[in-house]
Amino acid sequence: MNVTIDNVQTKADVGADVLVLLHKELLKVRLAEETLAERYREQEMRTPAHFGAGQEAVAVGVCQALLRDDVVFTHHRSHNHYLAKGGSVYELAAELYGRADGCSGGRGGSVHLTAPKVGFIASSAILGETVAVATGAALAFQMDNADRIAVVFFGEGAMDEGSFYESINYAAVKQLPVLFVCENNLYATESPLHVRQAPGTDLCERVRAFKVGARRIDGNDVLEVLQATQAVAKDIRAGGGPYFLECMTYRWREHVGPHFDHELQRTYRSREEVEAWMARCPVVRSGERLMRLGIATAQQLDIWQGEIQAETSADVEKARMAPWPEISTLFQYL
Amino acid sequence: MRELTYVQALSEGLCQAMERDPSIFITGIAVDYPSGIFGSTTEAARRFGPARVFDAPAMENALTGIAIGAAVMGKRPVITHPRNDFMLLGFDNLINLAAKWRYMFNGRAGNVPIVVRAVIGKGWGQGATHSQSLQAPLAHFPGLTVVMPAFPQDAKGLIIAALQHDSPVVILEHRSLYTVSGEVSEAFEATPLGKANTVRIGSDITIVATSLMAYEAYHAADELARHGVDAEIIDLRTIRPLDEDTVLGSIKKTRHLVVADTSWELCGVSSEIAALAAEKGWHHLKAPVCRIALANAPAPVSKKLEDVFYPKASTIARAALATLGADPNRVGELHREDTFKGPY
Repeated sequence: MNVTIDNVQTKADVGADVLVLLHKELLKVRLAEETLAERYREQEMRTPAHFGAGQEAVAVGVCQALLRDDVVFTHHRSHNHYLAKGGSVYELAAELYGRADGCSGGRGGSVHLTAPKVGFIASSAILGETVAVATGAALAFQMDNADRIAVVFFGEGAMDEGSFYESINYAAVKQLPVLFVCENNLYATESPLHVRQAPGTDLCERVRAFKVGARRIDGNDVLEVLQATQAVAKDIRAGGGPYFLECMTYRWREHVGPHFDHELQRTYRSREEVEAWMARCPVVRSGERLMRLGIATAQQLDIWQGEIQAETSADVEKARMAPWPEISTLFQYL
Repeated sequence: MRELTYVQALSEGLCQAMERDPSIFITGIAVDYPSGIFGSTTEAARRFGPARVFDAPAMENALTGIAIGAAVMGKRPVITHPRNDFMLLGFDNLINLAAKWRYMFNGRAGNVPIVVRAVIGKGWGQGATHSQSLQAPLAHFPGLTVVMPAFPQDAKGLIIAALQHDSPVVILEHRSLYTVSGEVSEAFEATPLGKANTVRIGSDITIVATSLMAYEAYHAADELARHGVDAEIIDLRTIRPLDEDTVLGSIKKTRHLVVADTSWELCGVSSEIAALAAEKGWHHLKAPVCRIALANAPAPVSKKLEDVFYPKASTIARAALATLGADPNRVGELHREDTFKGPY
């Protein structure tokens, strides 16, 4: 894969507290996702789940740059964004187990999450839908002169859909306060870029044709994502109109389900390619930065990881034992 | 009571609702043109200005999603399609998202009080893609409310009801009814959703009709009366949720049923009413149910073909006579004067 990453200088003046927070958030998302993926193999979570391990830095970096009143929408690979915006691990796990305590009462499943109290409004399964919905939320904010922005995460596969272009054009025409965050993980299900894009395609160039500012960044560097988002969110808040961030990243597991592709002898991408991206693990890179800057020792990183893992495992096990929805609720909220 | 045309009634309902609820806005192609969706949004544009009535690009899919997003953030968007055929482009957001939002997020992600207005075309060569009537596919989906006003009072009352409802409502308006006049209350009153209206009380046969066909049935009933047949007409008004009680109560009385719809038979509203009668009204019926629908083809443009494509008042009157065992040929051709002069 040859892709140029825009040269974003990460500032040196980020406080140690911010770097620690970012790391703990990455751990929360990673450990929840990996715990859920492994327990998914037990066949007790009966919902198609698209695990996002490997892509956490995009969710954490963007969400940590937002304010509490900002709203987030996302797509089918939704757990990372739900957790990064502040959704509860317990309610996510309960949702996957189909339990009444699930964030959507066990009715939505992995692809239909919500946590409105923390500004995570919705995820949806059909590509491109929430790109439009987030644009509509931004329209409401503009009509109300509210100091809020809407953010939508989507894969580069959603940029094969017409809804994306209708939405970004509308956002540009109206100068809406919306941030489009593309997680370019190089595959739409198992379809590689070259069967979906003409040679030489540059997604940022496409977006600039709509008169929307665009930047490609390293989506596996949480600090770069944070700082890029802080910069553009400030512009959007000041009335600068929509912006597009293309975050280069990679999913580790299969498109849908808990397996690694090699476990099922899938050949659409090589094990070497997967391992090369796993070597650029956003959690490891964040930990290395903390050690390099003398903020944390390897031992401290292990302690944090152990604490968060213990909480996560307890939440997931508690969710597995949570009550089922009452049969009488079948027709509720029609 | 004073009379208004159907389009004036729509406009009045919209404006009265907008006066009372600042969260309502109207968008879609041409809503703020001088012609304003055949005059139905002209007054709203004049009174409430571009902040609340504004044009949109031809982007039916994303516009539907944008309406959902604005609604979840507290707005009540009205999106309009000058022909309902274009709404097919918005079906993903309408059906996969708007209809299911409250349910699949367990009521926690807010409501989607969007109103989708869509106009059914007919005549003057509207043709295959400007004249379809999408009530059946829409009403198939739990979570959507689908209404079809036939008379001016309900054009006003149903748009008010839609703008007070907390879930998505699709209003299918009929272009051929826009110039029809009728009594309309000046009050700000909603027509109840999910409630059919018995627009003519009769004892011999029940005619259940939707939209323009309710109006045609009214003319058919006048003709039937001249032949000694006292027809009861039920204007369905809401397709989903369906008012089963009103339909069943009527066929219990008349024991005969004709259903007239503005779309096709197969898997259509006329079939649904026939199924209702077969399942829950079988013991009342003295004759088979008769369905009246479009000819089983796309709409042709040529007037010669168009004239036989659409059922009309005489189709209904003849079907009623046949259902009652009388000679249908006692009724000649009945042509309602069509004031629609095109082009659109």
